[in-house]
Amino acid sequence: MNIRRSDVRMQRREFLKLSSAVASTALLGGSLAACSEPAEWQKMMTEAPAKITPTVCNICFWSCAAQVHTRGNRLWKITGNPVDSHSEGRLCTRGTGGVGAYADPNRLLKPLLRVSKGGSQSLEPVSWDDALDFIAKRMTKIAAEYGPEHFAAMVHGAGAQHFLHLARAYGTDSVAEPAFAQCRGARDTGYFLTFGQGLASPEQTDMENARCVVLIGTHIGENLHNSQVRTFIDAVRNDAHIIVVDPRFSVAASKADHWLPIRPGTDIALMLAWMNVILAERRFDAAYISTNTVGFDELAAHVASFTPEWAYGETGITPDQIRETARLMAMAAPACVFHPGRHAAWWGDDTQRARAMAILSGLLGIWGQKGGYYLPEKVDVPSYPVPSYPVPRTSWRDLTLKQFPLAGAPVTNVVLEHSIGKHAFYKGLLVYETNLPMTMPNGAQQLAQAAQSLDLIVAIDVQPSEMTGFADVILPECSYLERYDGLRNDPEREPSVAVRTPALRPLGDSKAGWWIAKQIGGRLGLDAFFPWNDYKEVIDWQLNQLGLSLLELEKTGIHHFARKTPVYSEPGTIPRLATPSGKIEFFSATLREAGFDPLPRYTAPKVPPTGYYHLNYGRAPQHSFSRTQNNPVLYQLMPENVVWIHPLVAAQFEITNGSYVHLLNQDGIVSNKVRVRVTERTRPDSVWLVHGFGHEARGLTLAYGRGANDAALITRILYDPIMGSTGMRGNFVTFRKELSL
Amino acid sequence: MTHYAMVIDTKTCIGCTDCVDACRMENNVPEGLCYDWVVEITTGRYPVLKTEFRSERCNHCSHATCVEACPTGASQYWNDSNIVVVDATKCTGCKACIAACPYDARLIMQPQGYIGKCTFCVQRVQYGMDPACVAVCPAHAMHFGLLDDPTSNVSRLLAERDSYTLHPETGNHPNVFYLR
Repeated sequence: MNIRRSDVRMQRREFLKLSSAVASTALLGGSLAACSEPAEWQKMMTEAPAKITPTVCNICFWSCAAQVHTRGNRLWKITGNPVDSHSEGRLCTRGTGGVGAYADPNRLLKPLLRVSKGGSQSLEPVSWDDALDFIAKRMTKIAAEYGPEHFAAMVHGAGAQHFLHLARAYGTDSVAEPAFAQCRGARDTGYFLTFGQGLASPEQTDMENARCVVLIGTHIGENLHNSQVRTFIDAVRNDAHIIVVDPRFSVAASKADHWLPIRPGTDIALMLAWMNVILAERRFDAAYISTNTVGFDELAAHVASFTPEWAYGETGITPDQIRETARLMAMAAPACVFHPGRHAAWWGDDTQRARAMAILSGLLGIWGQKGGYYLPEKVDVPSYPVPSYPVPRTSWRDLTLKQFPLAGAPVTNVVLEHSIGKHAFYKGLLVYETNLPMTMPNGAQQLAQAAQSLDLIVAIDVQPSEMTGFADVILPECSYLERYDGLRNDPEREPSVAVRTPALRPLGDSKAGWWIAKQIGGRLGLDAFFPWNDYKEVIDWQLNQLGLSLLELEKTGIHHFARKTPVYSEPGTIPRLATPSGKIEFFSATLREAGFDPLPRYTAPKVPPTGYYHLNYGRAPQHSFSRTQNNPVLYQLMPENVVWIHPLVAAQFEITNGSYVHLLNQDGIVSNKVRVRVTERTRPDSVWLVHGFGHEARGLTLAYGRGANDAALITRILYDPIMGSTGMRGNFVTFRKELSL
Repeated sequence: MTHYAMVIDTKTCIGCTDCVDACRMENNVPEGLCYDWVVEITTGRYPVLKTEFRSERCNHCSHATCVEACPTGASQYWNDSNIVVVDATKCTGCKACIAACPYDARLIMQPQGYIGKCTFCVQRVQYGMDPACVAVCPAHAMHFGLLDDPTSNVSRLLAERDSYTLHPETGNHPNVFYLR
């Protein structure tokens, strides 16, 4: 075999390039006198220990418990809380770079109000009172003229609960998260239909005990969810079989013994063929199936024709590979775990894709089993007593379920569609800590239209994101290092509560989310819903109910509780499920009654036109969503994204490694210039880039104009008819060289 | 001489650059500079590929050519060990050590002008703690310890697993080992 060093990427070169301007000015000549000051390490040898304050990381939703190290008012570093199961004392690249969330030079530090002067609009700094009064006046007017249910919120992150509470107290339940329709929604719906519940966050994948780990389209490692990476690597270290299905040779694929470089959009075909092999070769536990599942006969009839030979034509994966990997899974079962990834808004049949994974999990009997899906448990934390919420006259369900009958949560795109035009249902919108224009496909265009008709758009953010550009009022939140938020209480192997406490004083006029929600609530006459002066009182009350106090948790940051239920079921058994039958539903009567396929059906994806390539996108370990590109610490590690192009394609277009190109999609949308990485690590029919770059908000001075924005190139949206997920694959790009523009 | 070593498992390293990040935070490394970095080596042709990541830094050589090349004694072994540090108060910024280092692991500090480098986080090692890069690695791919102690984690891993070093031909006796 022809072995060659195809590409070597040195992170260091990026650093040297960045520093060259500084280095060349004063220092290249060398100085004769020795340095008057000792080196940093010399000073640190005798330095007193830093102060440590507990927090919960907010750079992504994994919410690792962490410790903030400060000296006086200076933030030094953030490390993982050693006893936290999310971090085990080790924050990921992004969490370690959380220092930059505080130090971002572009942070919002004053409330801003959109004002019109002489025909032009500008955002002017105003006092908190002016900004909050403006919001309350408009919200009061919307409630009086239309009803409070005509107001919607779009939220993300740990602080979202404050604004969910505000919205419910005000009288609306239209609170949507991109985490549903742009992320986990399809996956959770597919598992819900099969097992009666979605997968948890963190996912209950027992990878450290698995003998076989199957990743279908997810790239753990680049997707740096902390304990998930650790347990995946445990599986690698344990020499478990690792099967990675991905059009790209991801980091996870590089750790796998079986990489299946699948043709994009054909995952369901592969999974149907895996089921075909498992059934044809009777590699399942017949007693388990007959006791714990319904619809086996229908499933067997459904998959009988989907042979590996058939799937080869669709997926490009050879029949031998399909059979071999199916056998590996069956031999490892029940210690065989399918990790379905999180972002699952791909091809418009995403609920069915998740169903296929769930059915495979059911066939192999892994639910509740060691090495499969363990049974997560959370702490029973009582809610702080407040009056019951008013019942909205119109619920999000009334609008959403007409379009997407099995949506289990509000759908962001439905909210936006119903915000456009004079006669639109929604009249006001509050957006908290989510950058909708880069998160929702077509989001920027829809927001621009909605801004013409909505009576009020409020954006609450730490930084001047693209979203803030659409707002009438921008409220500056302080970073997670400067505030309290609600207790972290995730379902997991070992139940725990962890607390976020302020390590630093809020910069400028920025304020904590809880304070902002209370202030708006107070102005709306909702004081009864906000009976605390400080959110500390809520946390302390909740901890008191658990026999703890905030004073204690301010020291330790986290408290563990003994499990009340077993982490695994007895072998061969499954706990009673919340499905209509109480069992694993291979055949879904719920889907059939709603008019959908009761068993997953494969639909062939659209093929790129000649000269165009599948636009695939994903994560890098240095960044979260479109929220960290301006973080000065993380910016240093990864200042721009690069587009991965196969050498054959690069040669055809005469594109060289390291040059810049523009991507042009099937609808004529042209991206910002993006650097090329020519690499064997992608299928020749696909390109890949990291999501979240190509910022257009000028206030983000580091991130502005760097790299390409994949979201802008996603103009063909493939809605999942079951639950409204916005499928974002199925877009194709070609290349325009930088010079030709 | 106390003999420290770092052992990095390429089987489990995911190339996430958390080691670079943690080092920069721990050691207050100025903007635009770093003491460690990550290299990716991909071999083969689609679809038969192999990708390896290597977290690289100063090798804290037992025969450190940089220490030998330093005219002022600023580059030195710390506390009778193989940990190579630079005493900035003796450093003239002449860059002889940069020329002598086979690993391109030294850099000019901004704005002071002395030569900076990985110190194995000697301020942590003096208290028996791991360097920041090792302590943060989310894949637990990095290990640090004493080669003098046959029961240490690093000694055990080097005895059990196949390993290599970078540029062994220089005779510098590098002490950063990569497990295959």
